Amino acid sequence: MDAIFLQILNGLDKGAAYALIALGLTLVFGTLGIVNFAHGAIFMLGAFCAVAFNKLLTLSTKVEDTGVTLFKAYKETPYLKIWFPEAGPVLIDFSVPLSIVMAIPVMLLIGYVMERGLIKHFYKRPHAEQILVTFGLAIVIQEVVKAYFGANPIPQSAPSLMSGSASVGSWIGLGENVVYPWWRLIYLGFSGAVVFAVFAFLKYTTYGMVVRAGMRDRETVGLLGIDIERRFTIVFALATVVAGLAGVMYTPVLPPDFHMGMDFLVLSFVVVVVGGMGSLGGAVLAGFLLGLVQSFASMTEVTAILPGIDQIIIYLVAVFILLVLPRGLMGRAGVMDD
Amino acid sequence: MPIWLEPFGANYPDLLQKFAIYGIFAIGFNILFGLTGYLSFGHAAFLGIGSYAAVWSFKLLTMNAIPAMFFAVIFAGGLAFIIGFLSLRRSGIYFSILTLAFAQMSYKLAYSVLTPLTNGETGLQLRQTDPRIIDSLFVEAGAGLPSTNLFGLKMSGYPGFYFCAVILIIGFFISMRVFRSPFGLMLKGIKSNQNRMNYTGLNTRPYMLTAFVISGMYAGLAGGLLAITDPLAGAERMQWTASGEVVLMTVLGGVGTLIGPVLGAGLIKYFENIFSAFNAHVLTEMFSFLPDAVVEVLVPIFGLFVGGGWHLTLGLLFVVVIIFLPGGLMEGFNKLFGLLRKSGAQIRGKRTPQDQPGDGG
Repeated sequence: MDAIFLQILNGLDKGAAYALIALGLTLVFGTLGIVNFAHGAIFMLGAFCAVAFNKLLTLSTKVEDTGVTLFKAYKETPYLKIWFPEAGPVLIDFSVPLSIVMAIPVMLLIGYVMERGLIKHFYKRPHAEQILVTFGLAIVIQEVVKAYFGANPIPQSAPSLMSGSASVGSWIGLGENVVYPWWRLIYLGFSGAVVFAVFAFLKYTTYGMVVRAGMRDRETVGLLGIDIERRFTIVFALATVVAGLAGVMYTPVLPPDFHMGMDFLVLSFVVVVVGGMGSLGGAVLAGFLLGLVQSFASMTEVTAILPGIDQIIIYLVAVFILLVLPRGLMGRAGVMDD
Repeated sequence: MPIWLEPFGANYPDLLQKFAIYGIFAIGFNILFGLTGYLSFGHAAFLGIGSYAAVWSFKLLTMNAIPAMFFAVIFAGGLAFIIGFLSLRRSGIYFSILTLAFAQMSYKLAYSVLTPLTNGETGLQLRQTDPRIIDSLFVEAGAGLPSTNLFGLKMSGYPGFYFCAVILIIGFFISMRVFRSPFGLMLKGIKSNQNRMNYTGLNTRPYMLTAFVISGMYAGLAGGLLAITDPLAGAERMQWTASGEVVLMTVLGGVGTLIGPVLGAGLIKYFENIFSAFNAHVLTEMFSFLPDAVVEVLVPIFGLFVGGGWHLTLGLLFVVVIIFLPGGLMEGFNKLFGLLRKSGAQIRGKRTPQDQPGDGG
């Protein structure tokens, strides 16, 4: 029972990351009709926003170390600690959550530039060419990050306040030894909030309503005198922000390196397809579902019967869904039907 | 090797082998993507299984290259049949995702459960203790590891390259025949409008499946040749980035053209070799005729694009080609020749071909 409960948490947690990335992917697909292979790279860029913010906060100078009395010793001390001896260390400790503040405008800008600069020329081109150009773009982004941050993973730590484990078991009466890392719980809550925010934006604002109308029938909305292209650009930037935030918050779980995006891209495409191309609810549902499936498949009891199933289960599910339910779980008719 | 080929890597037989092998890979990929328009993101699986089959043939039967190639093609073809049979039920992006999923499955399995067959992360290697049934009938096992051969001719260095080159030419010839056959026309018909082909009462799926299997066999052959020139097979050959590479080669050269994919493969492998060898030191020497201040600025900028950053150049090049020349380099050449012909005609004061009736344009 304890193990199953932990696997559920684990699966939801994994699923949260998949859902966030897939949400942006399917949003771009549903509005712009673009199959964006660079979305994984955007997720990675988000993660490196956190790294860059951390570097920014810990910009250091050499200060004489008064603890050493025998000779003159110097140690690197961040400016923040010198200027604000009280608040500085706390700020540095909270660099990951705080980098969200930086990540949002940065990712908005990146998304905007990307859409206006490159993607908009590909609306009328075949899907194969869209895949190819975004694939090339992903390589470029990846290599630029590699050039500046190096090829090694750069671990980021969660704030010390949130770095321990929560005794989840005692909350619901499963025993004290059922524990789960705090940060992962926060990640779960955070992604829930982001998903909720995106849905609320699309559902309850006039802007979102227009976007949804545009997803259904772009031409008619355009004929009503609405600059739908412009709104879709914003939606693309929004999807970029969602993926970027997923990346930022994921850094304490997985130390970011330049090719982390590619690994997630393949998975999130699978998620999008399982959920149904262009279906937002489907992407979120499929994300959590696949996370759960993967987490249960990696239990030792399961791998003992079917060795290796944990490695391929996601792809197996994807193949099955694609062959049996080509529109995915919640795909609408008329979207990407062949 | 003639001396004028030297700048093209004629001194490096290993590089030449890569040209030929990836040329074969790209030709095969082009039979699928170029003729039918189905973009497969899973061809690396066939490359990988070809390599594994070849190495197993070395381990169990003989070090001769012919059976290795045979098994590589057969196994890749078999896998392609299974994957193609399932994946071809869908088209467009769904087909791409399906092939990608199958390839990732093969890759993950090769890394984990199939370790007895693939030797997991270390990669499959030859051992002194391998049975080599056929070889042991004819020759006593030597002290060192035997090398791959073609009836006694060692398959490394130049002989290996010539062998691969002959296979490349044969493969190119076959692909030419496929392009110009009724079967090829059928595939082109599927590319331009599959529905209409279906409406004419034609079942397109067997044609698609045949194209997919042929293309998978080419990939398996390339994988087998990789193992023949260097008897080692690792799972990373099956990773989806390897599938991406062959897509890049084909598109860069020119999708749907005969020679384009070979050109693209050669170009990528050539520049990979040249650019990777550059480092800050070489760059500094290259720009040494400039003033020091300029050099200090230029070296870090160019340094981004060469050496380890070679993939950045590749990515940029690729994006530029897709934006401006979706037909790849071949389209570029054709446009260039068209321009030259036009301007030549104007200079000579003749009428352009379009003006002449019955020219066909």
